[in-house]
Amino acid sequence: MASTNTEVGVEAGAKAPFPPFQTETFASQLLWLALTFGLFYVLMAKVALPRISSILEVRSDRIAQDLDEANRLKDESDAAIAAYEQELAEAKSRAHAIAQEARDKSKAELDATRAGVEADLASKIADAETRIASIKKKAMSEVGTIAEDTASSIVSELFSGKVTKAEIASAVSSVKG
Amino acid sequence: MANDPISQFNISKLLQLDVGGYDISFTNSSLFMVATVAASAAFLIFTTSGRGLIPTRLQSISEMLYEFVAGLLRDSAGSEGMKFFPIVFSLFTFILVANLLGMFPYFFTVTSHIIVTAALAFGVIGMVIVYGFYKNGLGFLKLFVPSGVPGVLIPVVVLIEVISFLSRPISLSVRLFANVLAGHITLKVFAGFVVSLSGLGLGGVIGAILPLAFAVALTGLEFLVAFLQAYVFAILTCMYINDAIHPSH
Repeated sequence: MASTNTEVGVEAGAKAPFPPFQTETFASQLLWLALTFGLFYVLMAKVALPRISSILEVRSDRIAQDLDEANRLKDESDAAIAAYEQELAEAKSRAHAIAQEARDKSKAELDATRAGVEADLASKIADAETRIASIKKKAMSEVGTIAEDTASSIVSELFSGKVTKAEIASAVSSVKG
Repeated sequence: MANDPISQFNISKLLQLDVGGYDISFTNSSLFMVATVAASAAFLIFTTSGRGLIPTRLQSISEMLYEFVAGLLRDSAGSEGMKFFPIVFSLFTFILVANLLGMFPYFFTVTSHIIVTAALAFGVIGMVIVYGFYKNGLGFLKLFVPSGVPGVLIPVVVLIEVISFLSRPISLSVRLFANVLAGHITLKVFAGFVVSLSGLGLGGVIGAILPLAFAVALTGLEFLVAFLQAYVFAILTCMYINDAIHPSH
C-alpha cells in the first residue's frame, strides 16, 4: 500500500495521503457506520427476518399439512378400494353359491319330476297291461260263446235241423282245446 | 480527475458537523452507507410485506437471501449458532449491497475504506470473544490448545494459535478492503487507458480495443468479487462464531 500511497502523492501533485488512510475521516466513518449498520441490524432483527421466517414457517407448515391431508386421502381411497374389492369378492362368491344352489335345486326338481313321470308311466303301463290281460281273458272267454252262437246259427242254416246246444258247446270246447 | 484511479476513494463532506472536537461530518461515504441500508432494508421489508404463501419473484429473492445465509450459518455453527443469524445476515447483506452499489459509475464504495471493514471485523471478533467467555468461561481458552498435541509442542502450538487468532480481524478486514480497492483501481486504470488512447487518433482507438475488452471483463469479475467477498466475510464470521460456541475442536 505504501508504494501506491507515494504514487498517488506524485500523481496528484499534492501532499494528501491515500484516501483510505486519511485518519481525519475515521471518526465520521465510524460514527455513520455505527448508526447506519445499527439501524440496519435493528430493522433486520425486528422486522425483516422475523417476517421472512414466519413466511417460510407458514409455508412449510402448509406443505406439511397438505402432505398429511394427501396421505390421509390416499389411505381413505386405499381403504375404499380394499372394501370394494372385498365386497366384490363376497358378491362373486355369493353369486356363485346362488347359481350352484339354483343348479342343484333345478336338477333335483328335474330328477324328482322325471322319477314321478316314470313311476306314473310305469303304473299306467302296468294298469294297461292288467287291463289288456283282463280284456284278453274276457275276450277269450267270450270267444267260446260267440263261436257257439255262430256255430249254432251256421249249423242250423246248414242242417236246418236241430242240433242241441249241448252238442255244439262240446264241439266248440273240443276245438278250443 | 478522469484518469486518476484514486480520486474515486476521496471522501468529501456533504454536511459539516463537529462535535467535541471530532469531525463527524455527513460525507459521501455516510451517504452511501445510508443508501446501502435504505436500499437493502426497503427491499427486504417491502418485498415480503405481502407475506405471500406463493412468493412473488422479488419476495423469493428475499427468501433466497434468508435461506442462503441461514444455511451458511447452520452448516458452520449448527443450530446453536442461529441466535447469531441477524448479525450474520446483516453483515452479509450490508457488505454485498455496499459492494454492488459501488459498481455503479460515480458511486462511492463504502467497503473500499479500511476503517469500515476493520470496524466490522473487530466487531465480529469482539462479539466472538465476549460470547466465547460468556458461554464457556475460561474453557474458551481451550480454543488455543488443540486436542491431541504432544505435551512438548503445546507452548509452540499455543503461540501459533494465539497469533492466528489475533490476525483474524486483520485478515478479515484487509481481505475485503484490499479486494474492493484493488478491483476498483484496476477497473479505473483500464478504463483510463481507453480514454487516453482514443484521444490519440485512429491508431489509438484501435489500440484502445484491448483495454476496453479488459475493462468489460473486469467489470464482470468485480461483480463476482463483490458477491464473493461478502460471502467470505459471512462464512468466516460463521466459523468464528462456531469457535465461540464449540471452543474445543
